[in-house]
Amino acid sequence: MSTTEIDRQWTTKLRRRVTAKLPPEKLLPDTQPAYVSSWIYVFGVTTLSALMVVIATGCLLAIRGPQWWHGSGIGHFVNSMHLWSVEIFFFAMVIHLWGKYFMAAWRGGRSLTWVTGAVTFLVSILTAFTGYVSQTNFDSQWIATQAKDGINATGGGAYFNVLNLGQMLMWHIVLLPIAAVVLTGLHVLMVRSKGVVPPFADTASEMS
Amino acid sequence: MSKKAFRPDVDAPEWKGGYTPYDIIKEGTIALLVVALLTIGLAVMFGSPDVKAVTLKRWANAAPVDFATTALSELNGTSGVATYGAPYNKNSTGQQLGPLELAKWVGARIPIDTATAFVLDPLKSLPSQPALSTGLAQWKSASNGTRQTWMNDYTKAATKMKFSAGQVVVNANNAGPVPVFINDLTQMARSGALDQDLVTSNGFYTTDYTLPLLFIADGSYLGNLAATQHLTGEQWGMMNETGSYPGQAWLWLYTFWYQVPPFSQSGNGDVLVWGLMMVLTAGLILVPFIPGVRSIPRKTRVYRLIWREHYKP
Repeated sequence: MSTTEIDRQWTTKLRRRVTAKLPPEKLLPDTQPAYVSSWIYVFGVTTLSALMVVIATGCLLAIRGPQWWHGSGIGHFVNSMHLWSVEIFFFAMVIHLWGKYFMAAWRGGRSLTWVTGAVTFLVSILTAFTGYVSQTNFDSQWIATQAKDGINATGGGAYFNVLNLGQMLMWHIVLLPIAAVVLTGLHVLMVRSKGVVPPFADTASEMS
Repeated sequence: MSKKAFRPDVDAPEWKGGYTPYDIIKEGTIALLVVALLTIGLAVMFGSPDVKAVTLKRWANAAPVDFATTALSELNGTSGVATYGAPYNKNSTGQQLGPLELAKWVGARIPIDTATAFVLDPLKSLPSQPALSTGLAQWKSASNGTRQTWMNDYTKAATKMKFSAGQVVVNANNAGPVPVFINDLTQMARSGALDQDLVTSNGFYTTDYTLPLLFIADGSYLGNLAATQHLTGEQWGMMNETGSYPGQAWLWLYTFWYQVPPFSQSGNGDVLVWGLMMVLTAGLILVPFIPGVRSIPRKTRVYRLIWREHYKP
């Protein structure tokens, strides 16, 4: 096989493109710029960690099915962990978002990093909402019957029926988590590829 | 060739300073451990709410008059669902966003005839009872005008409806089979049979609770329970959950609009709030591209607090 033929392979092209954008030292760095020294940076990794706990506890709940936690002490405890990891997730995510806003973290070709982060936030809200209406208890009844009016007013309720438990549960445990994980993965890879945004220039010479 | 001007809210200066050691794997592991322990701690200390779901059986036993009144409104077409419009029927235009009739355009894609779905079909599923069978046959053969006369007579008298000795009591003399319908449906609900019938009306296996939830939500019982749990719209209920739990605090802005005019007073409140939130959401996603909004961080100088070490003289 000639070198030219290898060069033309999709696999070769993809590998070269990926390794050029994300060489190992960027993907798993062992140093970071000196300006990355603030408590605000903690909230990105906290959000990611909370997402892992949310998924892990969600998987535990999935093993025994959507109603297990109503009649089992262990099930209820796992549900409590699922709830609190979600609360931590959103708490950390919102601080992370505000922190990145005030750093103007989209600068230097990082616009897509911001966009994927913001969309992940919205997908997470929808994921949490479908979780609330899938609890099969009073909260899910009340939230679903109230939320239907908002969604129906936009015409969306005909396709996204919050009173249909099966549909909401599927969105909650399949479609939206896939979207959230893919978006989070892209977001993290973009951060690693572009690096953490530097501080605003202090002098005219820095802006050259 | 002239160099492109530096745009401080779009471009970032190249970092020419130093680097410090950074163990990303160690950081991630510690963060995961801390979050996992914090989650366990919060779960042990506070648990999670799990208030039992309301059933038609519970509702009809706890508040039989409210149930029977709601059943009547489903039969005579005055209930919330019966007059809802899309996606359940065409009995209302629904909410409008300016000239846009979004709900109406989509149409009745989850069609529900409340009299049939909530009253007549469930009653037909009951084992043969002479008075009910006669009543259903009478209803079937009656004209719309006759049915309307019966319902009007019963509705007029139902303002003094009582529940006595296990029966719905309404003094209506020219209501045809309506008294039997309302009483038998109430008995059916009190036994738990109506819960089962509405859930399995589309077959044995089901995961769709649209019918029983809409019926329950048409009554006052669910709403009254929600009010005691600070869950109504005026109580910022959209972001709350039962008990003293944080709920969906991230919905605070969405919930906020419902508390203030014009949204709180408009018949189109829902679609107005949704429209506004769509615009704000697009704004959030597109912050990097919106002049002015993307300059706020630089102008407020909060970044100097975040990077205070870097800016230290």
